[in-house]
Amino acid sequence: MSKKVPNRYGYYGIFGGKFIPETLTRALAELERAYFQAKSDAKFKRELNGYLKEFAGRPTPLYFAERLSEYTGLKIYLKREDLLHTGAHKINNTLAQALLAKKMGKTRVIAETGAGQHGVATAVAAARLNLECEIFMGEEDMHRQALNVYRMQLLGAKITKVLSGSKTLKDATNEALRNWVSTVEKTHYIIGSVVGPHPYPQIVRDFQSVIGTETKRQLLKRVSRLPDYLIACVGGGSNAMGLFYPFVNDKKVKLIGVEAGGLGLTSAKHAATLCKGSVGVLHGSKSYLLQDRYGQINIAHSISAGLDYPGVGPEHSFLKMSGRAKYVSVTDKDALDAFVLLSRIEGIIPALESAHAIAYTVKLSKKIKKNSLIIICLSGRGDKDMDIVREQNIIK
Amino acid sequence: MNRINLKIQELEKSGKKAFIPYITAGFPDIKTCRKIIQALIDSGADFIELGMPFSDPIADGPTIQLSSQTAIAKGMNLPKYLALIRKIRKTTQLPLIMMTYYNPLFKFGIKNFARTACLCGLDGVIVPDLLPEEAKELAQNLKKYGIHLIYLVAPTTTKKRMHMIAKISTGFIYYVSLTGVTGIRKTLHPQLHKNVRVLKRYCRVPVYVGFGISSAGQIKKINLVADGVIVGSALIKFILANSNRSHFTKRLKRFISGLSKSCAK
Repeated sequence: MSKKVPNRYGYYGIFGGKFIPETLTRALAELERAYFQAKSDAKFKRELNGYLKEFAGRPTPLYFAERLSEYTGLKIYLKREDLLHTGAHKINNTLAQALLAKKMGKTRVIAETGAGQHGVATAVAAARLNLECEIFMGEEDMHRQALNVYRMQLLGAKITKVLSGSKTLKDATNEALRNWVSTVEKTHYIIGSVVGPHPYPQIVRDFQSVIGTETKRQLLKRVSRLPDYLIACVGGGSNAMGLFYPFVNDKKVKLIGVEAGGLGLTSAKHAATLCKGSVGVLHGSKSYLLQDRYGQINIAHSISAGLDYPGVGPEHSFLKMSGRAKYVSVTDKDALDAFVLLSRIEGIIPALESAHAIAYTVKLSKKIKKNSLIIICLSGRGDKDMDIVREQNIIK
Repeated sequence: MNRINLKIQELEKSGKKAFIPYITAGFPDIKTCRKIIQALIDSGADFIELGMPFSDPIADGPTIQLSSQTAIAKGMNLPKYLALIRKIRKTTQLPLIMMTYYNPLFKFGIKNFARTACLCGLDGVIVPDLLPEEAKELAQNLKKYGIHLIYLVAPTTTKKRMHMIAKISTGFIYYVSLTGVTGIRKTLHPQLHKNVRVLKRYCRVPVYVGFGISSAGQIKKINLVADGVIVGSALIKFILANSNRSHFTKRLKRFISGLSKSCAK
């Protein structure tokens, strides 16, 4: 693990790379240059940190979840990304990439969105930094997340309805890529997760690493030790990568990514790419995918729109293959139970995505040593999920 | 010798420009697709570019997305595609070129694909999401079996890259006429002629231009500098509008002849 990934070609072991149309080569080369410049530019860092602190609300608390700890017999800390402006970790990345877009002289940003969280976070960053903004969203997701559509419009973004394929995140990503191919000269594409062609998985990981870096500092200050487990949900995998990355070389810290098991891994309706997928190429990089035997991409399913994606970031595939991280899944039902549980005993309504990480922790508590020290990334808050959860008639 | 090279020699001798129609394999269904291919052969196609549909075609506009979705829904996949190539090969010696995305080939296995494609009589492969930098495995395997991997050059390609691509290209170079995805456009890219002229200075192989081309007028203009054209979405649109009408084959042949004639000397 001591070897740095990605290598200069954007590979994490056998995963990653740049599988894109020729038209985008210049833009990606330009992005790579701008990113590496910005990375070592004190002024860029100062500006970004200013926005993260004053505008987004960093640092976020590392909260000791006392009642959840009692309930499980563990010591559980929640990294409260749900308390950020726009209600999820997505803004760490969108603010940074929008600043990068400005630096490159682009006047317009585009993004794909599933649940709408990345779309809203992009629209917010674009409004603040005075960039033109267009968001691509599957028709299916626009129904599921109607309120977020309105939010983005209110922020001045143009929403483009995507009608192709399964009309969800995968297709919104296709459409954003197509739009980028057509408008690449003045447009920067803000990818929302650690996916896509190099250098995107690295850029998003680095910008999200603030989650893990803060967590480490906060925890060391409080309990003077590293955690036993880091647990985070994985769709594309940006909050998990952001939490894991600063701990990758701390070999004693176990990393667990929780995928969306949907209706169960034996059904065809899940989004557990790392648990059940196979290696392939989608959206610009080589990674695990949900695909049929002929290499056509399958439609993912999850109650949580943010995890409903048939691909996953290449670095997660690498962490899985090298054995450094473990990937598991919980079902829609498990996630709903955890959604209610955290609301009732901690007074925190988690996003359905983050509820997957809570659900797995509850399961894990029966198998591991009492009082193990656990960090869960609470990647977002559940306000956006009210309609979906209400339909489930949980409250009797 | 590869049928693409033979065809290029023949075209160079006669001074004719190449006319390459694109259709999606298995669209609107396998039976009609075979009829369409015969019509293309009968009405002046020099090469046939046959799309192997992929569920997530990021370089394609709405028309080819639709034909791809339809073909997949009707059961098209890579083994069936190769079987189709084998059947067509029995009736014609025209160069047959596959257009697909990387994942179906990767899933099939690159070695296995190259061998099977050769046995079936495929002459060239175009993979719009595979840059030369990522194409080494595929290129080596195809080369072993005498199949050309055709690279693309776009309006945003730097001169340095153009040079690199020209150097490694065999068969021909596919010049993407515009900054965008496939689909009919009214006007041509303002830099098209200049870019093709620059590219041609670097390379020994012919340059064929595709994306956005739909009319005889456009073809004539492009052929002032290019060695030939590829027409895809316009043809798929025509098939969509006419495949259920009477005398479909006759109409199709008339449509194709109209375009292919504009490539005559």
